[in-house]
Amino acid sequence: MLQFIIRRTVGAFVTLFLIGAATFFLFVAAPSDYASLACGKDCSPQRLADIREALGLNLPLAQQFWDFMSGIVTGRDFPTGHCSAPCLGVSFYSGDMVWSTIMDRFPLTLTLTAGGAIVFLVIGIGAGMIAAYRRGTLVDKVATGASMVLSSFQIYFLGPIVLTVLVYSTGWMEDPRYVPLTEDPVGWFVGMSIPVCVMATIFTAQYTRMARSSMIEQLAEDHVRTARAKGMSRRYVFLRYAWRGSLIPIVTVLGIDVSSMLGGAVVTELTFSLQGIGRLAVDGAVNKDLPLTMGVMLFGAFFILVINILTDITYAWIDPRIRLS
Amino acid sequence: MTSPIDIEGGGASVVVDGAPGPETKSEPVKLAGRSPGQLMWLRFKRDRTGVICAVVVIGYFVVALLAPLLVKLSGTDPYTLYGQDPTYADKPVLDEFGLPLGYLGGVSGDHWFGVEPQYGRDLYAMLLYGMRTSLYMALGITVLIMVTGILIGLIGGYFGGRTDYWIGRGTDFFLSFPQQLFFIAFMPVVTSFFVNPREETPTYFRALAMLIVLWLLGWMGMARLVRSTVLSLREREFVEAAKVSGASPWRIVRKEILPNVVTPILVQFTYQLPSTILSIAFLSFAGVGFVEPTPDWGRLFAAGARYAEQDPAFMFFPGVALVIFVLCFNLLGDSVRDAFDPKSGR
Repeated sequence: MLQFIIRRTVGAFVTLFLIGAATFFLFVAAPSDYASLACGKDCSPQRLADIREALGLNLPLAQQFWDFMSGIVTGRDFPTGHCSAPCLGVSFYSGDMVWSTIMDRFPLTLTLTAGGAIVFLVIGIGAGMIAAYRRGTLVDKVATGASMVLSSFQIYFLGPIVLTVLVYSTGWMEDPRYVPLTEDPVGWFVGMSIPVCVMATIFTAQYTRMARSSMIEQLAEDHVRTARAKGMSRRYVFLRYAWRGSLIPIVTVLGIDVSSMLGGAVVTELTFSLQGIGRLAVDGAVNKDLPLTMGVMLFGAFFILVINILTDITYAWIDPRIRLS
Repeated sequence: MTSPIDIEGGGASVVVDGAPGPETKSEPVKLAGRSPGQLMWLRFKRDRTGVICAVVVIGYFVVALLAPLLVKLSGTDPYTLYGQDPTYADKPVLDEFGLPLGYLGGVSGDHWFGVEPQYGRDLYAMLLYGMRTSLYMALGITVLIMVTGILIGLIGGYFGGRTDYWIGRGTDFFLSFPQQLFFIAFMPVVTSFFVNPREETPTYFRALAMLIVLWLLGWMGMARLVRSTVLSLREREFVEAAKVSGASPWRIVRKEILPNVVTPILVQFTYQLPSTILSIAFLSFAGVGFVEPTPDWGRLFAAGARYAEQDPAFMFFPGVALVIFVLCFNLLGDSVRDAFDPKSGR
């Protein structure tokens, strides 16, 4: 097991390094002219040259790349000041450290993704299992139909509808906002409940369908039939035998979906005007703030790789066959 | 899945089915084998949901294609600011707060789906033109993704060994990018390859940049699918037979393998297209895709989110249109899959 985890972690670091290299060369070596973007609107040739010097853009590309990569591990000194350990550079636009900006915004995105995942896993898998258990009945048809329709809704359409119904026209709830969990747990929960639920809706619908079909497949397996044949109750077989097996495809898909969950968080943040990582990426792209955009992307890739390793470990834990391969 | 016999006589068998010859009676015709394509078509026709959804989806594309004509019928266009243009001062569409007059966002004989708050642009015209932009761009990108994915998958799957290993690692690498974040982040970079970042980006460069970004990060699913299908086909007897009889690799790929991967490719296509449309909408929604004043589906949602508090009705038509479209496309995808592969079932 340990070997398995180590192998996956090393692989993840190699991938991360490659992503870092790809982004770096695309961003810095692209003809977008890094320096003139850093320089801002009214830029004198002298200032441009200064910036080139300060950012080390006159150095060979390989040297620049090495500085960037080692900066992430050890920190880096800019003429404007020191940038400590995970140094992703300084934003052109605000002049802040990219890493600290990301850290400021990350709790919100984490709340959205983690909260959303809990909501859609519990409701989605639950509904899917019930639908499979009562296959062919009205319950099943309602669950399948509803999940089909709901999975066609987009966050940017569903969000304003929910806001109109719950906030603007009735005033039952307040406008969504983010309060740190450590400061005010109740406010955090209430403020984020609408965005989390809206984001989870589409995923819930997809996971309901997946859990249902996966469960139905499991129920047709030989070992389940044998268990039933030797007289175990349907419920017991369902909960003890089929349940665990049906989780395997779900965990696989969950690992793949982390990236789209991050995407979902971006849309949710934009829909509800929340200030998270996604908003940061969009701001970076719109303002052509390259260090910020690069930092957010690397961080996003890192986040996804971490989750993927966790998924793989869960996967190996559920299905012993994986560990041995 | 196509059986080897059908591929060898692919063209001929259809002729035999279609023209049974004058001397044969109706009895042998009924017994004549049907090509897998015909079987699939028969199964598909029996699936009522699938047929209805196919009609709706085709309807969307027709509407999008005829957008200029249909918009002309209503006597509007997507660029005129009906609320601000003095030419239209005698027919006010907005009140003093910039909100549409009348019900449901200002639905009227002139403005069939209402108008946009603040500017007073016609929503019907914007939606139809927006659909045209999104649908046809998505169609182009999806075809490009398909072709790339098929080529890479074929090469990896057919040649196997070292080639396959490196192609597989490359695919994994592209898959490990956080897709949506990268869509957003790469837009300015890709744009900068064509235009000086200081200057205004023309609309077609934006479209081109979107195409490149979505294409670059979109082909992996298709490549994996084709690779795994080809891998399982490669060991089959009919491929061996072709190899033994001296067929060139290109011939084997073209005549033996490709006809057998058509099914999964078509099924994947019906899932890929709506997802590409949603990706384009996502980019425009985030503000890095199409910008003012290009009419685009995703941009309508960005505007809708802005106006949600004052004028929630603005979102109604674009949103419902999108839900119906995606729903029908998903159902159609399921039907196509079932028609091709009756074993899968639901």
